Amino acid sequence: MADADIARVFRAEYGRAVAVLVRLVGDIDLAEEAVQDAFATAAERWPAAGLPPSPAGWIITTARRRAVDRQRRESSRVDRHAQALLIHSPGEEPAEEGPVHDDRLRLIFTCCHPALAESAQVALTLRLLGGLTTAEIARAFLVAEPTMAQRLVRAKAKIRDAGIPYRVPADADLPDRLRPVLAVVYLIFNEGYLPSGPGPDPVEGPVRAELCAEAIRLARLLAELMPDEPEVLGLLALLLLIHARRPARTTADGDLVLLAEQDRTRWDRELLAEGQALVRRCLRRGRPGPYQIQAAINAVHSDAPTAADTDWRQIVQLYDQQLELAPSPVVALHRAVALAEVEGPARALETVERLDLDGYYLWHALRADLLRRLGRDAEAALAYETALALTHNPAEQAQLRCGLRSVTRRDG
Amino acid sequence: MKQYLLSMYQPEGPVPSPEFLERVMADLGVLRRELESTGSWVFGNGLHAPDTATVLRPGEGEVLVTDGPFTEGKEYLGGVTVIKAPDLDAALAWGRRYALATGLPIEVRPFQGEVGD
Repeated sequence: MADADIARVFRAEYGRAVAVLVRLVGDIDLAEEAVQDAFATAAERWPAAGLPPSPAGWIITTARRRAVDRQRRESSRVDRHAQALLIHSPGEEPAEEGPVHDDRLRLIFTCCHPALAESAQVALTLRLLGGLTTAEIARAFLVAEPTMAQRLVRAKAKIRDAGIPYRVPADADLPDRLRPVLAVVYLIFNEGYLPSGPGPDPVEGPVRAELCAEAIRLARLLAELMPDEPEVLGLLALLLLIHARRPARTTADGDLVLLAEQDRTRWDRELLAEGQALVRRCLRRGRPGPYQIQAAINAVHSDAPTAADTDWRQIVQLYDQQLELAPSPVVALHRAVALAEVEGPARALETVERLDLDGYYLWHALRADLLRRLGRDAEAALAYETALALTHNPAEQAQLRCGLRSVTRRDG
Repeated sequence: MKQYLLSMYQPEGPVPSPEFLERVMADLGVLRRELESTGSWVFGNGLHAPDTATVLRPGEGEVLVTDGPFTEGKEYLGGVTVIKAPDLDAALAWGRRYALATGLPIEVRPFQGEVGD
């Protein structure tokens, strides 16, 4: 029984245990303290006694006893939650299965309540469902630890004081309320996949890779809990298909490798197969949404044995569909990348020039690339320089510098 | 149950036309009757303009009386409603209807403590 085993159980079971405890005690802070106590006790006992038959059940039962103890001690806090807890607790082992899944879902929807700021939604989801420490979350989002601690305290206080319910919204409200939940999971993944700023190890830093894994775990959970929501399956497929390319995505030095130049034999076949199967399942539903379409686009990429075999026509069609569902200049920009392959860089450049994305580094980066391919080197150089000034990610900067060198070399 | 304060914020400027206000008042009347029939109504009313306010500030053993609202602003508190609701979602659902009826931003804020059903 090594520390690594306890850490593994912690990662796998923390969110479930907190979710169950929140339901039982109706108080997030008390639930968290009790679960942390239970893991601390496990860390003392398990190395000698070995792993119990059901580690999750053991943690939940122990945490519940801790919560009862704490509530007894703080007699002023004996409210009806505590009384309910006392009635159920003596001696008997509770059935830990049953509504456990719903507990986690309820907690995700509570963390992602629209009355909480988006930054707090992400942080709280990572904290309560992912078991990340405040320090880890602060590092991942590039804020000071006290700032993040304060954000978490404030969010938890608002849930308690404003009466944000622990509830999965009714079917009628679900599409609206599911949106922030999916957005949070996607944001968590993106923050891990392409950190927004420089960090100690900006591309493959351990915390960032952890964020991708955590987002996929949450998406799997949602898909397991809501198998009839095609957008949930679409999001999971999307994350799996993108994550499958990770082994080929950077060089040993941490430089980004463009999709076209990646060694496709290094893509994770298992994740790809799972993602593609999910995309097929979504297609059969016939209820397309933005995440499903993005997943389908990534599935087309992953179908091609080499970059040259990519079915760009199909990708352009998928982007057209995406633009119909949710028009956005950023989607139009990505469509232009595919359009350049189907109809050439001149047509793509026409589209790009029409987009109002002057503050967005990718707009300048794509413009630079298209101008380079059209031989308009001086204009390309300017665009590369503007793009460089707009991104803080070192890997992206390296790539842009490489493009800039190629047009200035031809010049001189 | 908890109690929530729904505060309505109005911009400074001309008062809307009587036809517009009449429709708003009719909508608010419907909303009020619904709140009452579900037992959610506690209290509510519109306020006079902020220049009718008086602020009392304690200091040096006496209380200073000054004319005008506590803070000057382009938007001011125009009226308040107090409702009973089981949770924030229920309070926000009422608040949303006030926002649609008045066309104004509504702040929803919980009171401390719980109240009987």
